Amino acid sequence: MNKEYVLEKVQDIFRDIFDDETLIIKQETSPNNIEDWDSLAQINLIVAIEKDFDIKFNLEEIQKLRNVGDTLALIFQKINKNENS
Amino acid sequence: MSNKSIEEVLNYPFNVGIILKKKKEIKRVLLQQADFIDKRIAILGGSTTAEIKNILELFFLKEGIKPSFYESEYNRYYEDIMFDNAKLQKFRPEIIYIHTSNVNIVNYPELSDSAEEIQTKINNEFSRYTSLWEKAAELYKCPIIQNNFELPATRTLGNLEFSDIHGKINYILRLNIEFAKYAQANNNFYINDIHYLSSWIGLEKWHNKTFWYSYKYALDYESIPILTHSIVKIICAIFGKTKKCLVLDLDNTLWGGEIGEEGIRGIQVGSETPSAEAYKVFQEYLKTLKNRGVLLAVCSKNQMENAIEGISHPDNVLKTEDFVAFYANWKPKYQNIVEIAKELNIGLDSMVFVDDDAVERELVKTQLPMVMTPDIGNDVARYVCNIEKNIFFEPILLSEDDIRRSQYYEENSKRDFHALTFQSYDEFLISLEMEAEIKAFSSIYLERIAQLTNKTNQFNLTTKRFTIAEMEAVLQDQKYITLYGRLRDKFGDNGIVSALIGMIQDDDVHIDVWLMSCRVIKRGLEYAMFDELVKACLRKSITTIKGYYIKTAKNVMVATHYREMGFQLLTQLESGDSEWQYTIPADYIPKANIKVVNE
Repeated sequence: MNKEYVLEKVQDIFRDIFDDETLIIKQETSPNNIEDWDSLAQINLIVAIEKDFDIKFNLEEIQKLRNVGDTLALIFQKINKNENS
Repeated sequence: MSNKSIEEVLNYPFNVGIILKKKKEIKRVLLQQADFIDKRIAILGGSTTAEIKNILELFFLKEGIKPSFYESEYNRYYEDIMFDNAKLQKFRPEIIYIHTSNVNIVNYPELSDSAEEIQTKINNEFSRYTSLWEKAAELYKCPIIQNNFELPATRTLGNLEFSDIHGKINYILRLNIEFAKYAQANNNFYINDIHYLSSWIGLEKWHNKTFWYSYKYALDYESIPILTHSIVKIICAIFGKTKKCLVLDLDNTLWGGEIGEEGIRGIQVGSETPSAEAYKVFQEYLKTLKNRGVLLAVCSKNQMENAIEGISHPDNVLKTEDFVAFYANWKPKYQNIVEIAKELNIGLDSMVFVDDDAVERELVKTQLPMVMTPDIGNDVARYVCNIEKNIFFEPILLSEDDIRRSQYYEENSKRDFHALTFQSYDEFLISLEMEAEIKAFSSIYLERIAQLTNKTNQFNLTTKRFTIAEMEAVLQDQKYITLYGRLRDKFGDNGIVSALIGMIQDDDVHIDVWLMSCRVIKRGLEYAMFDELVKACLRKSITTIKGYYIKTAKNVMVATHYREMGFQLLTQLESGDSEWQYTIPADYIPKANIKVVNE
């Protein structure tokens, strides 16, 4: 899985969660740029990402996610681990 | 997303991924429907409830209820009720849902506790809830829905958690029993059984400790749809929005195989094979539903005789009398379902259609989206589960009515009970305040009349079956006198229940069809039909009426019908068939006691 693909899939998830078909996310996109990105939306994002990529975040990882860049990096790290194992 | 795909996502088995991810879109689409009823729901949580509220909303909207919510602050379920709460009082909840779970248990037993000390802990725990419920009932006078407790995910004491009085499982089960007792003793108080829900999907899936520590949710996100579906179904039941009628296919639904092809010996039901047994168990499940008031109806693409033959299989649990409507014909099923709804006088939105054939289901879904059409799959072993998990028929309590048999028989039994208190049967008939409508056929009733010719076997003099097209031809042809009979009484409208067709030939009228539905037998409607026939004959200056009885295995009850009507016997054949004649006297006196209203 390459980075573009992951970004695209995560963008789809963002669009679903925020019900906005035109939403474009970037590395630095964070709750500061998206009005509806509150703690509830954050949980929804995590749940959807876990489900769609078939990965699980642990307690500490969840707490560290601050923006799209962090999230993409963590997803990438997890799926590579999955693919290599 | 289309309305149809949303229906599918929100029906069992739920598409949890889509529900969680696309809930905003689902909500937006659902809100486009019209005719919502508004309800005010207070959610009082012992853990985080934000997402529970969101998913609850989707299931409410799907049921045509538009909720507004009061949501307590995190873990303020107790304080919100027990202490002054202007906000909640202003909100005036119509339902209070208390979402507590085992994380809210204050004092589990210690290993050093004596039996008495543990009992005291249970009493204290329980009385905290009873004081809450009583206060809520007193202040808000609305139904209260309370979770019981789910089992914990882990077992420090192993199997002793269950069997030892110090075990958490033992303690939780005892508390749950107290909750159940309270529900038995108090109206307007309902348990949402999360002990069952969590066991059913598995504690491993139900609990998610990461979620608990991160966000204080007492269950995994993916379990929320199951939880909220259950709550919404209880609330629907409280507001009377449960399904009433289960319409069933026959072949490969009630029994294995096709009765029309394989005959009575070929179909699978009973205990001979694994699948025969599964079909029998499925029928037993349906019988239980029927016994608590769910109406059962048949809608099958079959010849009526074959369908009846299939039902008569000795190992069938369901008998013809278990069905309030029985439609076996070759019409599209959605048409039959509409007929059944009309006949039973219930809304299409209170019907559930069960068929193993995906094509039939699809057609009904498309034509009648308001009819619930669960995907029962093609494995009979899973039929019960696939129907039941939709919670179509949630009873909030078992009333006498539920325990009695289904509505139609119930009405009849009311009539029977009634009959006991009268001096004479005639007096009883008068008390029913019957009104008949007896008129010539009209095109809007043709379908129903054609159907009557196909399903009436007992009170049916000639047992001639008609298709709608043939009935249409009769309607157009001037040589026929046609009469349908509709009967209303103080218990309700029985609909069109009788039909008579007389053919005019050589100055005589020959009665070609005379039939009556068995649910109005012995009500005197046949006399009213005859009076109207006489009137119609006299208008055409006809005075001779000929009647025919053609014997079948099922119509013995009308073998002497024409004698009772005052006809003279002309011929009696060895086959049992007979021919009769009636000459209308100049001073004909109407025979019927029923009021005929032909406005």
